[in-house]
Amino acid sequence: MAEFLSFREGEAAQEPAVTVEAFTGQSNATAVRIEPGEDARELLPCLDRLALVEVNFPGFGDGRGYSAARILREAGYQGELRAVGDVLVDQIVAMRRCGFDSFRPDKPLDDAAVERALTRYADVYQKSVDGRSPVWAKRHPEKTDG
Amino acid sequence: MYRYDNYDQSIVEARVDEFRDQVQRRLTGALTEDQFKPLRLMNGLYLQLHAYMLRVAIPYGTLSGRQMRKLGEIARKYDKGYGHFTTRTNIQYNWIKLADAPDILAELAGVEMHAIQTSGNCIRNISSDQYAGVSADEVADPRPWAELLRQWSSFHPEFTYLPRKFKICVIAAEEDRAAMRLHDIGLKLVERDGAIGAEVYAGGGMGRTPMVSPQIRDFVPEDEIVSYLEACLRVYNRHGRRDNKYKARIKILVHELGVEEYKRQVEEEFAHMRTLGLNPPTEELDRIRAHFAGPDYETGLSDAIDRSDPAFALWVDRQVVAHRAPGYAIVNISLKPRGGIPGDASAEQIELVAALAEQYSLDELRVTHAQNLVLPHVRKADLYAVWQKLDEAGLAEANLDLITDIIACPGLDYCSLANARSIPLAQKLSERFAAQDRQAELGELKVKISGCINACGHHHAGHIGVLGVDRKGVENFQLSLGGSGAEDASVGQITGPGFSEDGVVDAIEKVTDLYLAERQEGERFLDTYRRIGMKPFKEAIYG
Amino acid sequence: MKILTGNDLVTGDVVWWAGDGWSRLVGDAVDVGERGDELARAEEAALRVVAPYVIDATVTDEGVRPAHIKDRIRALGPTVRPDLTLKPNDADAGNWVI
Ligand code: HEM
Ligand code: SF4
Repeated sequence: MAEFLSFREGEAAQEPAVTVEAFTGQSNATAVRIEPGEDARELLPCLDRLALVEVNFPGFGDGRGYSAARILREAGYQGELRAVGDVLVDQIVAMRRCGFDSFRPDKPLDDAAVERALTRYADVYQKSVDGRSPVWAKRHPEKTDG
Repeated sequence: MYRYDNYDQSIVEARVDEFRDQVQRRLTGALTEDQFKPLRLMNGLYLQLHAYMLRVAIPYGTLSGRQMRKLGEIARKYDKGYGHFTTRTNIQYNWIKLADAPDILAELAGVEMHAIQTSGNCIRNISSDQYAGVSADEVADPRPWAELLRQWSSFHPEFTYLPRKFKICVIAAEEDRAAMRLHDIGLKLVERDGAIGAEVYAGGGMGRTPMVSPQIRDFVPEDEIVSYLEACLRVYNRHGRRDNKYKARIKILVHELGVEEYKRQVEEEFAHMRTLGLNPPTEELDRIRAHFAGPDYETGLSDAIDRSDPAFALWVDRQVVAHRAPGYAIVNISLKPRGGIPGDASAEQIELVAALAEQYSLDELRVTHAQNLVLPHVRKADLYAVWQKLDEAGLAEANLDLITDIIACPGLDYCSLANARSIPLAQKLSERFAAQDRQAELGELKVKISGCINACGHHHAGHIGVLGVDRKGVENFQLSLGGSGAEDASVGQITGPGFSEDGVVDAIEKVTDLYLAERQEGERFLDTYRRIGMKPFKEAIYG
Repeated sequence: MKILTGNDLVTGDVVWWAGDGWSRLVGDAVDVGERGDELARAEEAALRVVAPYVIDATVTDEGVRPAHIKDRIRALGPTVRPDLTLKPNDADAGNWVI
């Protein structure tokens, strides 16, 4: 069972994450935690000094964190993007597609189930921020660079 | 019709595999019901009053004969021999065993069908006009767009845990046959300077706060529709209310922000989204469009119809509408027989319609939001044969858009959220107004019944709407007048205190009597109501 | 009295707690007194039932009668399809739910 999952090269960031409010008011922190309802765009001016963004999912049904993640990746954030909280195996694929590359779930995940989930769908319909080529790009390779 | 390629096929098969795994985890206790519920809902599996209920998607209401036959087979093999066609142009089975659900999904995948996102707080089945592609009043067939959006919305990584369900509708005609403006987002295809694009409407819906959607953009070009919708959805996902599920639909967000502010936020997001390469190339829409290119219609067919059989002639006048190709007609099949259950069809009826589609309708059929079926391409010369076969199967009712063509949700006979039974009321009304000449005299009159405020039966959009309420444990019915789901969309007004089941049938009769007394030349019920207002109707009902 | 109902996990059938197990007949339902919630949790954990809940009921000449119309319809079946109810041969069975 995995209590922490990372899809990044190298060490996971260790610094404790501060709140968005603390981060935007304090110049030396390198890790921040976004709660549902907080605006990920507030972080955009300081992406280059961030090593870790944690996005909290207090309940898996609250999908705001998916938008937060994509917004950060779309803006070019390269650091660690970690989903924490009520993160279940059934949401991992969508989270990976929105740019999350590490996970600290409240309840440990079964490694085999994670592996199955991540390999189950060979193809995806949308372009997102995970670099996967959507089926429309595969259908028209001459028209798209994917 | 659209056909899956290997990509589409492998995605629905992966889904079956995933759901089989989830059901297995549930049956062995690895998943609790709380954890399993959202997963089963995303596969259309509910727990209803008497059993599990499975809702199967019929994307934009279009089916082949083979697909329809499979629906009949599932009804027979896994259910109790029937299915229920819904206002969302899906089909529901009421008696499903949990352990069978993965097998059913596998059977569906075999005919390029699925139950993906037929429930849950995600983008639902895309709906469209039942006459799409065959009616003369369209600027283009809206179904290629609907298919493009079906694919885009399937397993969308960002929009699978929205504040609430999300329903999109695409039409392409002035006449709105699909209640487009009562959807979370409605697209109406229009032509501008020779290019096709979409007018976009946002924030419509029924439920406890019915709203007709305002327009938020007058043109989105076809090669930007995906990024524009991503923008609409992102604003909603981030800012839609999550504190109260009755205020979580996009209509509330649009209302609370104001249309202008919602539009502004969408435009800002769109300016960003359109730079991200999210739109499929135009070749993709062209590829899909090629699947819907008109079937090969025969030419030189006669437009003559032999009307010597009066029962047939009556049916033709009511159920058959003009097709864009000469010699062809669109046939509406009523699922509202006298005293019957609106939208229900037996396995045998489903299979018969499948066979008729194969033999007489270029292997295609449609499901309508009014819970009826359509054979879209019937040669006029074949109408009599089709009618005879329908008649033998109890499917030749001639009541399209008449007072007995009632929309009714399952209500308290099947639904665990209901306050009152909708179906018995529909049955009583259909008996009371059974006489053909009386129905014809009343003309177009849309009666819609919901068993609770969720409004699955579209009662807000009924010329006459009925809502079931619970009065101290007793079924009670509220009457409303003046709603419309068409291009003149409006929300009905409640007449006053509620009624018993028989009471509401009597009240509706008084309403129709008053209409007949007051109407002017050429006026439908709705027109008379709009002209004279609620007051005289109130007086007629409550005296 | 209080009775306990739910659906069979596997088949989805409506079931009633009959004292030593679950029955499809509401007539078999027994008074669970104050033990309803505890029983519900145990039976749910044992994967024998899904979505269990406790309801009020009375005993009449015709047997156990749930207090709310919704549970009476659950006990009988859809009133619009008498053939699919638990009393397919009783044309008036639907009246019982009202
Ligand atoms: C039997 C199980 C069903 C359940 C539990 C159910 C539940 C609901 C709920 C909770 C809503 C309100 C959602 C909201 O406003 O946020 C709703 C809306 C709706 N449902 Fe159902 N429903 C069921 C069956 C049906 C059927 C059979 C139909 C079609 C005949 C249908 C069509 C609709 C429609 C058209 C709406 C209104 C959508 C809107 O507000 O825009 N549902 N349903
Ligand atoms: S309107 Fe209410 S009673 Fe009717 S199906 Fe929807 S939720 Fe059930």
